[in-house]
Amino acid sequence: MTTDEQQVLDRIDRARRRRPRVREERITMAHGAGGKATHTLVEALFLDAFRNPQLERLEDQAVFPAAGGRFAFTTDSYVVSPLFFPGGDIGELAVNGTVNDLAVSGASPLHLSAGFILEEGFPVADLQRIVASMAAAAAAANVTVVTGDTKVVQRGKADGCYITTAGVGVLERDVELGADRARPGDAVLVSGPIGDHGVTIMLARGELEISSDIASDTAPLAGLVDALLDAVPRGVRCLRDATRGGVATILNEVAAASDVAVVVDEAAVPMRAEVRGASEILGIDPLYVACEGRMVVVVDGAQAPAALDALRSHPLGAGAAVVGTVAADPPALVLLRTEFGGTRIVDMLIGDPLPRIC
Amino acid sequence: MRFVDEFRDAGTARALASRIAELCRSIPGEPGREYKFMEVCGGHTHTIYKHGLEDHLPDTVTLVHGPGCPVCVIPMGRVDDAIAIAEQPDVIMTTFGDMMRVPGSRGTFLESNAAGADIRMVYSPLDSLKIARQNPDKRVVFMGIGFETTAPSTAMTLLRAAREGIDNFAVFCNHVTIIPAIKAILDSPDLRLDGFVGPGHVSTVIGCRPYEFIPRDHGKPLVCSGFEPLDILQSVHMLLRQLAEGRCEVENQYSRVVPWDGNPRALRAIAETMQLRPYFEWRGLGFISHSALQLRDAYRAFDAELIFDVPGVRVADPKACQCGEVLKGVLKPWECKVFGTACTPETPIGTCMVSSEGACAAYYNFGRFSRERVRHATALPTPSIGRR
Repeated sequence: MTTDEQQVLDRIDRARRRRPRVREERITMAHGAGGKATHTLVEALFLDAFRNPQLERLEDQAVFPAAGGRFAFTTDSYVVSPLFFPGGDIGELAVNGTVNDLAVSGASPLHLSAGFILEEGFPVADLQRIVASMAAAAAAANVTVVTGDTKVVQRGKADGCYITTAGVGVLERDVELGADRARPGDAVLVSGPIGDHGVTIMLARGELEISSDIASDTAPLAGLVDALLDAVPRGVRCLRDATRGGVATILNEVAAASDVAVVVDEAAVPMRAEVRGASEILGIDPLYVACEGRMVVVVDGAQAPAALDALRSHPLGAGAAVVGTVAADPPALVLLRTEFGGTRIVDMLIGDPLPRIC
Repeated sequence: MRFVDEFRDAGTARALASRIAELCRSIPGEPGREYKFMEVCGGHTHTIYKHGLEDHLPDTVTLVHGPGCPVCVIPMGRVDDAIAIAEQPDVIMTTFGDMMRVPGSRGTFLESNAAGADIRMVYSPLDSLKIARQNPDKRVVFMGIGFETTAPSTAMTLLRAAREGIDNFAVFCNHVTIIPAIKAILDSPDLRLDGFVGPGHVSTVIGCRPYEFIPRDHGKPLVCSGFEPLDILQSVHMLLRQLAEGRCEVENQYSRVVPWDGNPRALRAIAETMQLRPYFEWRGLGFISHSALQLRDAYRAFDAELIFDVPGVRVADPKACQCGEVLKGVLKPWECKVFGTACTPETPIGTCMVSSEGACAAYYNFGRFSRERVRHATALPTPSIGRR
């Protein structure tokens, strides 16, 4: 590398650390894709308006002290299309997604709220099906839906049914988890094969004329988190469920928040043949494809074998694997050692390959 | 996974890499000489960066990224024209996904959608025809882009639309041809190349014969190459072997897909529906005569340029943008003045920064790091527990 090229790279690095700015005049689909544009919107617009120390952490939930304890609070909206897909539906997703955003802080999820936006003409039988699966998912995750809201909009003003859930949980453990806690020498794990949900949704839309037996991995992760934190009470730095934007987005958030390099071994990333095949055909990178029942774990390198054993001993973590390590340099970058024997960057997602995946 | 893993095997790559390094040392001439090969096709550029292929090449071999990214050569005026068509009442515009973020002078397709247009991404022009059948009260336009690789699918769709009498379907034709682009590169005075990694998928259609003038008239070898990383590595090896043995010819590395004489059926479909334009503007390369396709008179009824009021205004490339030099391989992406600061994948100024096949986007997304620092970071092994 010449010094000229290094100077250019340094300049880019500085440009990337500048405060993000929303340049577009209107919201585009890219703002909802979970990648660069979403981050810019959140940081430049929402964070700027609501700024407070809780929100500044940009975690999937806020953890706050109250009444002598510590609680976690989160919210998420669901606009997935189609509403019913192999392995689940929007209702199950709306419960599991919010349960998981609480669980990855180390909290035990307690109660959920559910807000429904329904389109005029939406079949009541479909709503019954969705609500029944929400009830079943809540029972399975040991949470209760304790409050809610219903709105109906005119035909054409929504797409059938949108759901917003919020959740509250209690932290009974003395853990501090966060994307900013990764240290050089840590190990990076994923709890199972990646990309199942995103590929399922894509195929379920029927636009691609590819058929497969693959199903969404939607699942509540609180039990898996418990198994992990029971086995490794010290040394877990960060947990994140890898939803929209996939594993690559999570790793970029960790690299940026902790100012470290994350080095991933492509050959170690667990992936079903169906996901790999569909990604090859469609020209998308499975590292960016959404999961709904997988989490990324960053753990002290010395504790990695114990963490892996704990994950694998749980049914939802049977396919867990160590996929990478944390290094000091180059900071804020995710690098992939390719199966071919080369190296490349895995950057934040640009654009919008798969809209309305959750 | 079969048909993929065998073309990405790291052990084979290392063996091939050491043979490449050996060949470089054994070629007669000054020792330590540098070799520059241009991969013409954007698909190759993408593969090179995605798999980190340059890590297997000795420092004396440089790959120069060529003009074969179909999105990157579309001038801004044509994007504006497409948006103008899409903004007319009752129009559904369809195109390949890569076009969605290409900036025209008044924004991208994504931004047009946000302002009320209906521009949809399709995987095949046949999907556009399906949309036309499903929406008889709308006019459905397919923006055809690409080299001879994608032109046959547009041609087949036109043939089918004509056969089925679908009269609410049209094509906004931006298909280009590869040979004039390679000629423009070869005629560029500031270029120093030792050979070409030739296009693979274009050659499945046109075959290998059209390249024969390159060794004959310009004294440069060309190897038609496949798109897996081992294909490209083997093509580099074949080019170096030609130099070592004093040969200069067209060779076909991608013989599992590319017939020497191309695909006569596909060529017939193109010839039946399209003809060469007198000239066409290429982004960064300017006007090149007989370098693009338009619909034949017999297919006027499907020609969006005749059906719609298309402004057809030429828009100069932004001054700061050096896409032309990058497309010709004169500048490396990072040598462009705006690379990575004003021009990034999320806010591209030039089209080379938009498509994943564009040289700038590929370098920015996949290769934007110091190899020395990375070698240090990646030297730490991942614990070998839990590998698949």
